[in-house]
Amino acid sequence: MSGHVSPKTVSYTIFASLMVLTGITVAVAFINLGPLNFPVALSIAIVKATLVILFFMHVKYSSRLTKLVVATGFFFLLILFTLTMTDYLSRGWLTYPVGAGAPPAATQAH
Amino acid sequence: MSDSASAEASAGRHHAALQHQFDTMEQQQESATLGMWVFLVTEVMFFGGLFMAYLLYRVWYPAAWADGSRELDILLGGVNTVVLIGSSLTMALAVRAAQTGFPRATVNWLLATMALGGVFLVIKVFEYAHKVELNHVPGPNFVFEGPHARQVEIFLSLYFAMTGLHALHMVIGFGLLSVIAWMAYKRKFSPEWYAPVEMSGLYWHFVDIVWIFLFPLLYLVDRAH
Amino acid sequence: MTTPLLPREHYLNIRYGIASWLLTKDHKRIALLYLIGITVFFVLGGAFAVLIRLELATPAGDMVSADTYNKLFTMHGVVMVFFFLIPSIPAVLGNFLVPMMIGARDLAFPKLNLISWYIYMLGGIFTLWAVVVGGVDTGWTFYTPYSTAASNTNVVATGLGVFITGFSSILTGLNFIVTIHRMRAPGLTWFRLPLFIWAHYATSLIQVLGTPVIAITVLLLALERTFRIGIFDPALGGDPVLFQHLFWFYSHPAVYIMILPSMGVVSEVVACFSRKTVFGYSFVAFSSLAIAVFGFLVWAHHMFVAGMSVYAAMVFSFLSFAVAIPSAVKVFNWTATLYKGAIWWQAPLLFVFGFIGLFTIGGMTGLFLAALGLDVHVHDTYFVVAHFHYIMVGGAIMGYMAGLHFWWPKMFGRMYPEGWAKFAALVVFVGFNLTFFPQFVVGYLGMPRRYHVYPEEFQVLNVMSSAGASILGVGYLIPMVYFIWSLRYGKVAGPNPWGATGLEWTTQSPPLTENFTVTPVVNEGAYEYSKRETRVV
Repeated sequence: MSGHVSPKTVSYTIFASLMVLTGITVAVAFINLGPLNFPVALSIAIVKATLVILFFMHVKYSSRLTKLVVATGFFFLLILFTLTMTDYLSRGWLTYPVGAGAPPAATQAH
Repeated sequence: MSDSASAEASAGRHHAALQHQFDTMEQQQESATLGMWVFLVTEVMFFGGLFMAYLLYRVWYPAAWADGSRELDILLGGVNTVVLIGSSLTMALAVRAAQTGFPRATVNWLLATMALGGVFLVIKVFEYAHKVELNHVPGPNFVFEGPHARQVEIFLSLYFAMTGLHALHMVIGFGLLSVIAWMAYKRKFSPEWYAPVEMSGLYWHFVDIVWIFLFPLLYLVDRAH
Repeated sequence: MTTPLLPREHYLNIRYGIASWLLTKDHKRIALLYLIGITVFFVLGGAFAVLIRLELATPAGDMVSADTYNKLFTMHGVVMVFFFLIPSIPAVLGNFLVPMMIGARDLAFPKLNLISWYIYMLGGIFTLWAVVVGGVDTGWTFYTPYSTAASNTNVVATGLGVFITGFSSILTGLNFIVTIHRMRAPGLTWFRLPLFIWAHYATSLIQVLGTPVIAITVLLLALERTFRIGIFDPALGGDPVLFQHLFWFYSHPAVYIMILPSMGVVSEVVACFSRKTVFGYSFVAFSSLAIAVFGFLVWAHHMFVAGMSVYAAMVFSFLSFAVAIPSAVKVFNWTATLYKGAIWWQAPLLFVFGFIGLFTIGGMTGLFLAALGLDVHVHDTYFVVAHFHYIMVGGAIMGYMAGLHFWWPKMFGRMYPEGWAKFAALVVFVGFNLTFFPQFVVGYLGMPRRYHVYPEEFQVLNVMSSAGASILGVGYLIPMVYFIWSLRYGKVAGPNPWGATGLEWTTQSPPLTENFTVTPVVNEGAYEYSKRETRVV
């Protein structure tokens, strides 16, 4: 039965990296980066998830089909996020002249 | 075909665990793994709906998101993150042990995974109990002092929905692992057939990945003030 | 030619007793369990339709109250969409044929297959119970905040039924994907697969990727309704349009779950009854995948007037035009297949002709709806109702009927009566058009959907529609009668009454439990009709 066997050192190294990245996430959260805090936290999470997927879940050593399946899942998740947000992020773009018959100005944040 | 290859092939054909619809153990193992991966894709989309709601309302209500996040305990969340990632390590080592034919190590690493998972769930129970105490559970008894109470309620609804669904998956995983640990104890696994351990590993890592996102998204919003 | 005899042993008579059916792992028996389930729900959904059309025969609300009418169209939609159309072809024909077409003994996960049927039945029971204790009146779309804050009907129970049944769909899709990837017979490369398999593979992708989203949406709906958390309620800071985004993210691809398998049937029938290989095989195969992928990019065309951004609406409108292209590719290729073929006028082909014409009309009217300006005018009118019934009834159900007729001899070893089948196809076609074409007209003229009353001037067209519905109902009843009749009295079919290509036709009819005693080896394409005699009968 074939199947890649990870050396234990790889597993321990990945674990250590994940711990370091967790520490970084928490530390960075206390630094005021303004609007960048969210993307930075997300990026670190993505790196951590990638490490788990590639090494703990062996995707790095898996077939092309497995890699395709993983990519497909995230691709469609991104479709859900981005296409939905095209609605929300562009709602305020169309402004009407104020006057009789015009709809009220759209508000987002309350 | 050489002798060892044909021996291996016929072992693949006559293994006790070979199901009737498959021709070889390899085909069975590959099918099981592919099936678990496809299932995990469904789980990604399942949680994805909640993340979508989270994304929208975070963009709409940044202040409420900050207020709500501050109500969560970073220490407990952080400990849980370490615990869960640790359980992923033990799970990976359990799969490796099954793969290389060490049943006792397999059982031990599986039990370690379950133990760490148990710690996670206990901490979660504490967190939830605290929230109940403070009347921070969305619904008829929700009380929140602050300017954006209704929006904080949405944040906390998503907090409970996302961590609750995650915890439910952990409980299911716990049950799954106890079955697998029992099977490992009964020496059901070998380098020829360890798919159930591998599949459980994939599931467990997935649950870990969800938490890897939940922790910063829920606990670490706007903590710099 | 000697009259064939029924084989002595096959999957139906290998074991008797209710336990042998309820605990079966045989994909063919599970397919028949599904056949019974979906037929029951079809009759239930049809009963609701009868009541709707009876009410709409007169402009006044004289048969039922407005509230009851709301329940009727809601439950008609819920039952037909979730408990009939979505499972239909994959769970019945797909379950039966996918392993056989690829030379396998069963699906990859037979126990999961049986569990999926139990899940389907459990969800169905929940929904039936909701119907019995008073029904639900939100529309099958469950729009918030009415469904969460205002409706006092059984929203959660129905939602739970839908939630549970969704897992049946997910498991079926998962099973098919793994089976098609891992269990093809030696020599059966992807481009030698029957197009039915490609269609089911694409359908399975949608089932696996889309269904979980409606599952979580229904869960959120239930939480909102129970705890008033505010996630979809504008009064509490939520956005009702978010519900619609999440709902339609699945429910639009869901319509492709309903049509793609039907298209797979059409490819098989067109090839067999014109004795030709399908023109542009790889284009048809890829178009199935394209429909599955593109189908995920267009959902907000259901929301153009819901308050979404006009710019996003333009994006979705453009993408909705694009998704029509692979469907058109199929229609052109089927037509090219029929062209200069040796046409054999049998009932499956008649249903397929119905499909091609009616699906084209339904699809083209979909393009009308994708155009923003036009949609503002016809949204929520009977134009939309006509459009989706042309696709789902004129398209999907016609394909299902064609498939049932085509593979009936394989499933049961007996032929249905051909004369009656041709008659039924004609009755269905006439009844269908009489029911739904007037709805295009009346919708364009402004009659809104989901109302139990309407202005007097629309009565003639509505009466036509109701009359058509009764004819359509008869058209569906006739096959139910002769199919059951044929189980005992139908002509014995033999292994391949149609002289069709495909591994399923190399086995006995009905097949053995394990399908093949020896795993077949494939060394030619899927539709090598040129190598066969012109036709068998």
